[in-house]
Amino acid sequence: MGMTMTQKILAKHAGLDSVKPGQLINARLDIVLGNDITTPVAINEFKKSGFTRVFDRDRIAIVLDHFVPNKDIKAAQQSKECRDFAGCHGVSHFYDVGKMGIEHALLPEQGVVTAGDCIIGADSHTCTYGALGAFSTGVGSTDMAAGMATGMAWFKVPPAIRFELKGSLPKDCSGKDLILYIIGKIGVDGALYKSMEFTGEGVKSLSMDSRLTVCNMAIEAGAKNGIFPVDDITLEYMKGRCEREPVIFEADPDAEYEKSYEIDLSSLVPTVSCPHLPENTRPAHELGDIKIDQVVIGSCTNGRMEDMETAYRILNGKRVKDGVRCIIIPATMEIMKECADRGYISAFIEAGAVVSTPTCGPCLGGYMGILAKGERCIATTNRNFVGRMGHVESEVYLASPATAAASALTGYITRYSCGE
Amino acid sequence: MNTQGTVFKYGDNVDTDVIIPARYLNTSNAAELAAHCMEDIDDEFVKKVKPGDIMVAGWNFGCGSSREHAPLVIKTCGTGCVIAKSFARIFYRNAINIGLPILECPQACDAIEAGDSVEVDFDSGEIRDLTIGRVFRSEPFPPFIQRIIKAGGLLNSIKEVSGE
Repeated sequence: MGMTMTQKILAKHAGLDSVKPGQLINARLDIVLGNDITTPVAINEFKKSGFTRVFDRDRIAIVLDHFVPNKDIKAAQQSKECRDFAGCHGVSHFYDVGKMGIEHALLPEQGVVTAGDCIIGADSHTCTYGALGAFSTGVGSTDMAAGMATGMAWFKVPPAIRFELKGSLPKDCSGKDLILYIIGKIGVDGALYKSMEFTGEGVKSLSMDSRLTVCNMAIEAGAKNGIFPVDDITLEYMKGRCEREPVIFEADPDAEYEKSYEIDLSSLVPTVSCPHLPENTRPAHELGDIKIDQVVIGSCTNGRMEDMETAYRILNGKRVKDGVRCIIIPATMEIMKECADRGYISAFIEAGAVVSTPTCGPCLGGYMGILAKGERCIATTNRNFVGRMGHVESEVYLASPATAAASALTGYITRYSCGE
Repeated sequence: MNTQGTVFKYGDNVDTDVIIPARYLNTSNAAELAAHCMEDIDDEFVKKVKPGDIMVAGWNFGCGSSREHAPLVIKTCGTGCVIAKSFARIFYRNAINIGLPILECPQACDAIEAGDSVEVDFDSGEIRDLTIGRVFRSEPFPPFIQRIIKAGGLLNSIKEVSGE
């Protein structure tokens, strides 16, 4: 029986010729990742278990991104623990303020992750790197500690669901609309424990940034990982960027999929996910008058250059509606600098928005945009659970950067129309 | 190994943001975090929970963030085990890795009500609802995972294998 792309990468890293869904394996890890929330717990476990050395200082990435620049004294203590550990073990991929970015935008940008890798990260959105043709999945802090000590992790080989993409996206849609549509269709546990494998001729119409957004939210359907085939767009993106040679895996022609969905990209419309689950999706134009208090454009899902370009195209020369707070967060320092060089930051400020240094901040209700009781936000982030961005009686609507920026101008959830 | 206690019942898709809201994650101190366990959907939970008590929930328990703080606070509150129709995969891994007993049993989750007195035998996978007088059987873990649980978590099991 043939193997899927994910199964092939796992087999290779387990030193096996083939693997089957359900099989328990021990796999070699290329990168082990943690952030300022999850790494301190991993450090405790690492020390408590008596480990004194990391398996390879070049294969560990620690990114301070959730609560930095530190939001309070406790957060500062947690960052310091990460900093001390990274210094003590000579962790080469340690990203502190000034160098940091939101981890899942930063690691692909800096070429730390590459095609064919097997990656774990103590952050659920670690599945993002599947866009490069890697196996990448979120785990907890104890797995991170074990990974740092041994360079290995246990996995149950996942079965797969295939998404066969056809055609190309309409001009007013992006990868975010595609992944929200898919989550709406299969539900928040529609891909539980499984791989989401994206294939078909429609893949070539998706930019790298859109693919990263799609894989980023695979976890929102419960998936173990999301993965794209490697094509010219991937190779072009990785060229001169990745520190290790990419290894290209392809699914076998007779690979087995539990289910297959065919999606005509040209039939998609701008999509919004309503409170309080990502699966509560509706076409943006069917929502009626939903007044908003805040807009957030950023996060590991949508804080990349393409997202900033979209926000600029819509906000440039316009004014954010009075009474709406529009917060724009470029995901890395490189993106921030590019926005400055291109004049986007001035345009955002002139439009009445604020621009923040990279942080996960508001997405998880940490800081930098917390909602009060009864307030409502449209955000390009990834979760709209109860209390996710602040008060337990606040609401988050998830959408693309285009829908979020268009809504900032009107004060209501608004479908962006390219003709405008 | 077993546990006996009173049931706290929740619905489908209980996410890690309601188990432990991110606003408290500026510390990794388990006792400090545990004071906020479930507060966004049930602010009575931490006041009422006693050692050995049991959480019963629907599908996809623990979805969302990878924060290990979620199973950790449930365990630190004294909860003896979580029974759900299904678990989100990172929560499932984390619970095993830190030694919080979890069981998947859809029939039990439909029948058991909040406040019932329930006894769970982890070796046999038997769930006995003493209030309604019914017995349910959950699927045992595969041997690989049982080894991790018996060793007291992932790191201990790794050290056993490597002979350290």
